[in-house]
Amino acid sequence: MSKRSRTHVTCTVNGDEVDFLASDDTSLLDALRDELGLTGAKEGCGTGDCGACSVLVDGRVNCSCLMFAPEAEGTDIVTVEGIAEGDQLHPLQQTFLEGAALQCGICTPGFLVSAKALLDENPDPTETEIRYALAGNLCRCTGYDKIVRSVQEAAVQLRGATR
Amino acid sequence: MTVTEDRPSYKWVGTRPIRHDGYDKVVGKARFAADLNLPGQLHAAILRSPHGHARILSIDTSTAEAMPGVKAVVTAADFPALDVGNPEHDVAMNLMARDVVLYVGHALAAVAASTRAEAQAAAAAIEVEYELLPVVLSLDESMADGAPLVNDDNRTAFSGSDEPSNLATVTPLERGDVDGAFEAADLIVEREFDTAWVHQGYIEPHACVVDVGADGKADIWASSQGHFRVRSQTAAVLGWDTARVKVTPAEIGGGFGGKTTIYLEPVAARLSEKSGRPVKITMSRDEVLRATGPAPASKARIRIAATNDGELTAIDGWIGYAVGCTNDMAGFIGAMSVASYRFPNLKLEAVAALTNTPKSAAYRAPSAPQAAFAIESVIDEIAQLLEMDPIDLRLKNAVVEGDPTAMGSPHPRIGFVECLEAIRDSDHYRSPVPEGTARGVGSGFWFNIGEQSSATVNLNEDGTATVITGSPDIGGSRASMALMAAEELGIDVYRITPVVADTESVGFTDVTEGSRATFATGMAVVNACRELIDQLKTRAATILGVEADAVDWVDGAAVAEDKDPLPLADITAKAKSTGGPLTVTASLNAGGAGPSFAVHCCDVAVDEETGQVTVLRYTTAQDAGTAIHPSYVEGQMQGGTAQGIGWALNEEYVYDDDGTMLNASFLDYRVPVASDLPMIETIIVEVPNPAHPYGVRGVGETGIVPPMATIANAVSRATGARLTSLPMSPPKVLAVLDDR
Ligand code: FES
Ligand code: FES
Repeated sequence: MSKRSRTHVTCTVNGDEVDFLASDDTSLLDALRDELGLTGAKEGCGTGDCGACSVLVDGRVNCSCLMFAPEAEGTDIVTVEGIAEGDQLHPLQQTFLEGAALQCGICTPGFLVSAKALLDENPDPTETEIRYALAGNLCRCTGYDKIVRSVQEAAVQLRGATR
Repeated sequence: MTVTEDRPSYKWVGTRPIRHDGYDKVVGKARFAADLNLPGQLHAAILRSPHGHARILSIDTSTAEAMPGVKAVVTAADFPALDVGNPEHDVAMNLMARDVVLYVGHALAAVAASTRAEAQAAAAAIEVEYELLPVVLSLDESMADGAPLVNDDNRTAFSGSDEPSNLATVTPLERGDVDGAFEAADLIVEREFDTAWVHQGYIEPHACVVDVGADGKADIWASSQGHFRVRSQTAAVLGWDTARVKVTPAEIGGGFGGKTTIYLEPVAARLSEKSGRPVKITMSRDEVLRATGPAPASKARIRIAATNDGELTAIDGWIGYAVGCTNDMAGFIGAMSVASYRFPNLKLEAVAALTNTPKSAAYRAPSAPQAAFAIESVIDEIAQLLEMDPIDLRLKNAVVEGDPTAMGSPHPRIGFVECLEAIRDSDHYRSPVPEGTARGVGSGFWFNIGEQSSATVNLNEDGTATVITGSPDIGGSRASMALMAAEELGIDVYRITPVVADTESVGFTDVTEGSRATFATGMAVVNACRELIDQLKTRAATILGVEADAVDWVDGAAVAEDKDPLPLADITAKAKSTGGPLTVTASLNAGGAGPSFAVHCCDVAVDEETGQVTVLRYTTAQDAGTAIHPSYVEGQMQGGTAQGIGWALNEEYVYDDDGTMLNASFLDYRVPVASDLPMIETIIVEVPNPAHPYGVRGVGETGIVPPMATIANAVSRATGARLTSLPMSPPKVLAVLDDR
């Protein structure tokens, strides 16, 4: 297939139905960033080792740098831009801010997405469960302490809200 | 937890507001350099050397130039050749090799094309003929008699010699009677150490977008720790006037010293100039690891003499740094790191030598971690042999104000003793060592620097304020600037907008390095606010109809006898009728950056079957002078510690014999992940720095200095074996355990 041949992809991104053209070797990350202008997901490695590009695909965390864009056909994708409900920040976003869980902030989108997936699945994780769930996301600035504490705090708030 | 000396009480300083740039960063809106795209933008790819050392016989770009989508190709021929003595010579040589390539990964050509894939394909089609030269990969090879030259352009700094040499610097220090002290000693411990190359490991690869207009001016968006340095280095490499270059700082995704120099911007500028289109370059992780700043590998031999009651009477040592392919001050700075203890007798030689590996770059307290690993390990061994508490031994010998630094000048007011006491009295240190684990302590410090900063503070009509600085915010410094301005002006911190402005919108400001932003740029902000308050008092006097010197500034309002307080917003509302806009710019070259000391304590478990070392509990106490925003001070302490733990246990460059890095990915160059680490408990010690209006000391760097020895000291107590080689990876630990 010639390099210029492009596939038409239709999927849901942050609740909106979208479509775009992508060549078969374009990563989902590049499609999100370059075709849809959603630059929240970051490229830290391009090889699945840093988690900065994490997005939810049908509710599961994926490294969008490792997925080809055409594989997104028909899926439901959530990026960091879609975590808040309108003006209302997700409790994780709020606890990350209050808990100073970001320094440079390049890893933050990936951590928020991974942590959301964790709390959606397990509302009351132990510290160890949080650390393992986030082990695919690298942060070089914080030493993880404040990230883990912020996830713990968000879990408490979310449990309070659903009780 | 915070340990504080007596100090004035503040309303804003020391509080923990949400940082002003935080919202954009949690919703994915913050713009890092790679997030920017301009209409018509091209993508560039860089061709890099596959050889560790080779002469470039020819470069043929004709095939590449004819390939689809290609708009411009550059090589060193497109840049002026800078003299060897030019301060930016090495930067220019590193970002585009001219006659020789000096390491695997050295850039030698670049292509701009419509897509990244097209640019990469064309770069790969550039034909280069090489003549291979001998490759020097280690300190020992570099310093051996008759060693081949790594880089013909290198001269030993401060030597006065014009002979090419592999030596970068040689720094001898001596005081007292070292031989006599060793003869009189009750106890002497001597050890040799080595540490591996490690990378800063910022998660954001280097990136920039450059647009050179028809007027010949370059607009640059860059990820850097100092956009004024990007401007000056880019101009120097291109042979341009500084005024032709404007640099807008993008948000920066981590730097840790590694983004204090440039790798891409002049290349993008030349490609943009040639193609007439904006050009974007983003490095891959592989390029980041192969071609940007690792911290030097090192070797050390340290011998310390002590008396039976724990007085450290002399140190005699040698430390060498392998600094990569160009000159570097690593050895000179490393020599200064002996200054934590009094050592009446001292003899030290620090050396830096070149290797055919990437030009090294600053990494958080550059050169200090390697030296501290060696010295703090030997001191710990002395404590073990004397059966003395390691903190008591350090307390007995710790430097205090007035004691000599390595160069002999007296230490200013410092908080080393206070940090030792904070750990000694901590919950962690006082709790029993859990079964199956062992505890270690270690310490370290960093000098910090001041340098030049500018700040502009604008008061708006409604009494809000804009604080404009030129210090890129690499971990919460905008919040610190706003807090200091809030304290000065007496207004709510959220009524202040801190801005990091481009090179045309704020006065010159040196790089964010040396833990200087909150210290020096903060001082410029404070000075600007104080001058504004003088103006506000004058304006208030006019409004109130009193003499200017009858007005005081209290809690955000002008107060004069028999008058109602006049809040700031009431004065700014009348700015037009009282003399016009209220704005002040302050600039300074700050002196008196106070050193920041830290003491760390950790509990480890060593799996004697696998050699795996696990850190189970970790506490750090560090002197922040005054913590402006304690959360971000803790963050610096924790982040530096985590990097130090990685340096201690996992991280290392692995090269083959030709100088090719074998582990150039985050999969194989493994930095600590969340499941590798425990919580990192912090004790902020506050011994105010007398040279800063709020007592600030830089806190960014010290945290990475103590962890390696702290962990090695714990491992020694766990196993009875002393680990002297970093990283303490499982195979090395096993080998040492087998030798016990
Ligand atoms: S960019 Fe996808 S995992 Fe690093
Ligand atoms: S905050 Fe910088 S990498 Fe996580």
